[in-house]
Order: sequence, then C-alpha cells, then structure tokens
Amino acid sequence: MANIYFDHNATTALDNRVLEAMLPWMTNQAGNPTSRHVFGRSARDAVEHARAQVAEACGAYTSQVVFTSCGTEANNFAVKGIAAIKSAATARQILTSAIEHPCVTRPAIAMQQHGYVSQKIVVDANGKVDLEKFKLQLNTPTGLVSVMLANNETGVIQELGSITEMARSAGAFMHTDAVQALGKIDLNFADLNVNAMTISSHKIHGPQGAAALIVDKKMDIQPLLHGGGQEKGLRSGTENVAAIVGFGAACELAMSNRANFAAHTPALRNQLEQGLQALDVSIFGKQVARIPNTSFFAIDNIEGETLVMALDRKGYAVASGSACSSDSTEPSHVLLAMGIPADLARGAVRVSFGAHNTAAQVASFLATLNNEILRLKQLTAIAA
Amino acid sequence: MAYSDKVLDHYENPRNVGTLDKNDPNVGTGMVGAPACGDVMKLMIKVNDSGIIEDAKFKTYGCGSAIASSSLVTEWLKGRTIEEAYAIKNSEIAEELALPPVKIHCSVLAEDAIKAAVADIKAKQAAKVTA
Repeated sequence: MANIYFDHNATTALDNRVLEAMLPWMTNQAGNPTSRHVFGRSARDAVEHARAQVAEACGAYTSQVVFTSCGTEANNFAVKGIAAIKSAATARQILTSAIEHPCVTRPAIAMQQHGYVSQKIVVDANGKVDLEKFKLQLNTPTGLVSVMLANNETGVIQELGSITEMARSAGAFMHTDAVQALGKIDLNFADLNVNAMTISSHKIHGPQGAAALIVDKKMDIQPLLHGGGQEKGLRSGTENVAAIVGFGAACELAMSNRANFAAHTPALRNQLEQGLQALDVSIFGKQVARIPNTSFFAIDNIEGETLVMALDRKGYAVASGSACSSDSTEPSHVLLAMGIPADLARGAVRVSFGAHNTAAQVASFLATLNNEILRLKQLTAIAA
Repeated sequence: MAYSDKVLDHYENPRNVGTLDKNDPNVGTGMVGAPACGDVMKLMIKVNDSGIIEDAKFKTYGCGSAIASSSLVTEWLKGRTIEEAYAIKNSEIAEELALPPVKIHCSVLAEDAIKAAVADIKAKQAAKVTA
C-alpha cells in the first residue's frame, strides 16, 4: 500500500532539483560565508543568489530578506524584535489575532514579563478579523499588530489591507505570518505594506531549517541573536548555506509552478468537498477566500484524532485539528476562536493538497473516509 | 504519538462493541467522561446469579487509546466476579497497552467505567432485594 500525502501545510517533500542545488554546499563546495578564501566567497555568493530568489518570490528587495533557521524563529524575531522598538511604557500593547500559530502568541505572552501586554484580536465565524472590535482595541497604545495572512488550519485569507492600514495609522508596526501563503497565492511584501513578514522554506518543497523574516529596514528591529554580525547584524550565527540555497531554489520553482498550483489544487479541493457534502460534514471557512489547497472539516460524533489515526492505517496522511493531551482532547484554538462548538471542533480534520496529488487519490480517499466513518460510528455512537 | 501494537490491535479489531439491554436487572451500565471535555465511555456488564460477569459490551467516543482501553477491559471482565472487576486498576490497563504518559487518562476512564458499571449492578441488586 502506497501512502498518500495530504498534509502539505505541515511540511512538503524536498524537490529533487532543490536537493541537487543544495548538495555541493554540503560537500565539496562547503564554506563559511564569512571566510575570505575562495570557499567562503563562493558560499557568500550562493547565499546572496538565494536571497535574490527569495526576494523575487515575495515582492521584496534583497536588502529586506533576513534568513533565519525556521518560521518559529522568524516569528519570535518579529514579535520580540519589533515590540522592543518602543518602550513598554509608551506603547505597551501587542495585538495578535486569536488564530495565530503559537510561535506568534507565545513570544507575545513572553514579552509580558518585560511590561508589555499581550491581547488577542477577535475573529468572526469565518475566521476573519473583526474590524470593528479591532478598531476599539487600537484605542490602547499599541506597539505591534501581528495577523497571519493565511491560516494554517482553515486556509482562510485575511483582508490584510484594512487591518494594516488601521494598525499603522494607529502608530503600531504591522507583522504578518505568511508561511502558508508563499507559493499558494500571490505574495508581495511591498503591496501588503506591512513592516515585517515571515516565510518558510519547507512549505514549498524546500528543506527544513531555512526561513526568512522580510523586514522594512526603516524600522529599528532588535535582533534575537547577537554575535558575529551576520545578516547585517540582525541574525548572528553562521548561515545554513545549503538550506538557504535550497530555500532560494524552492522559491524559484514555486514561482514557476504557481499557475499549475493555482489551477490544480482547487480542482482537487472541489472534488473533495463535493464528496464531503454527501457525508454530511461541516467545512470551516468555506464561505470566504481560502488558499486553494486546504480543506478543514469535521464530522459530527467522530473525534478528529481517531479519524486521523484510522485514515493513517489505511494509507492517507491528513492532520487533525485537535491534540489529545493529558486530561482531555483540546479542540483547535482556531475553531474555538471562530465560535465553533467544542464538540464539533474536536472532530476537525485538515486535508492540504500539493501539486503532485491526483483526482484518483481524492476519489479513493473519499471511499475510504466513508467506510471509516461508518465503522467509527458503530464504535462511538454512545446514545445508540 | 506512537501507539503500541496492542493499542493498534484493539483499535483495529475492537472486541465486544455494542450494548446490552439496560432494563435487564442483571445488566449494569457505567457511563463516564463528559461530552464537553472529550472522551466518553459506556460500559455494560451482564452478571449472573453467582455474581460472575457473563458478558461485557462497550461504546467509546475518544481517541485510539480510549477505544483500546475499553476494548481490553471488556475482555478482562468476562468470567470475573464483580468484586474482581472492581479491583482492576488503571495501572494494569496502562501497562498492558503500554500507554504513553499523555494517554494514562484513557486507562483511568476505563477503570472509572468499570466501577460505575459495578455500582449500577449493585444498586439494581439492592433494589431487587428490598422490592
């Protein structure tokens, strides 16, 4: 049984062409970009070439690209580094949306020990920022607003234009986590007019271990890592040359595959969601714009983790929106923020397609899903 | 989360799924957990006049470990006296299934379900005596 991968929002397989671009920098061409000799200079050139590829893919200048080790680091850098520009006394509030990844909300909460106050921005039933309530929150002096461009669970895309305008005219800096947007929708740092934006390599068939914060340099962002002064002093530490080269190559491939991705993945999702309707499921965020590859749904009376395990045993890799922890099954914080009842949220399952998935895979998945639902309902229908 | 082979076996081939007649005076029902907090387990046992459990059935809403824990106890319960059933500890269930620490609560739920089912059958028997 060949396993079928429907979890591209979690990570993606390294493209062979990316691997080929990376290999020399792990073997015969390896060098430290800071070194003056030929190995160092060619490693420096490779990093700069990758920087241009990354900048091109997201509508930024090369000077705005700061490489980091992962999306989590870039988001920590953004939240902590931007909040610290303004003193806790004059601009105390850090606003993050209620549906952010923990690598945005946790650093915001961590800044509270330095006197800042972390507050959540409310979202509506579709998972989009409630602009009325957001406007009221901006009455409190705010140093930083962080709202993700596309949500990793629902795929819902925010109307970042209005949010950014409101945040910036209130005197706050604006950051967006665009990790799930890169390669899936048009992404342009200049057009978004945000002060900082996070992107990551391994979501677009690049290697794990490389990401970037795109930074408006007019802003005096504070580094997380101090040391040898790499990345113009904003991220000290020897560059992960091979991973950065892979990130650049993956960006270039993602750009050349954009049209295909934009045509192919929505077709798969339509096929999936039409099949899901027959199984009487709730699909989250379906009423609003989503990245084209993502579908997040729940089946009444079937627990997400149990269904994910059942599908895994049948050869389908999907994600659950809940995590069964020490004393209860915690439903997705994204769905709870959208006002979805906890018992339905506990059933949430995410399918995220990639360019290599096929209509035949979706058809066989739907048949398997139907069988597993029938089987699990026998097991779990307590009232029966 | 890495599941043990025993958890996977019970999850894929759950034993004794179903229900017994809850109005039968010899059937005790234990329903534990709360829909609001996640797992729910319903365990039913049928006890003969010598106090021996003849049959056990379950239905469980929860993760693979919760399903496996309840499936396992239905196997264990058959042929035991209700006193022996009452003595089953969650640690025995957790050990048999090699549950990881984050899933220990599933075995606790199974122990609670046994105790609730035994309490129910004892209440029914007491009612029968006084009737």
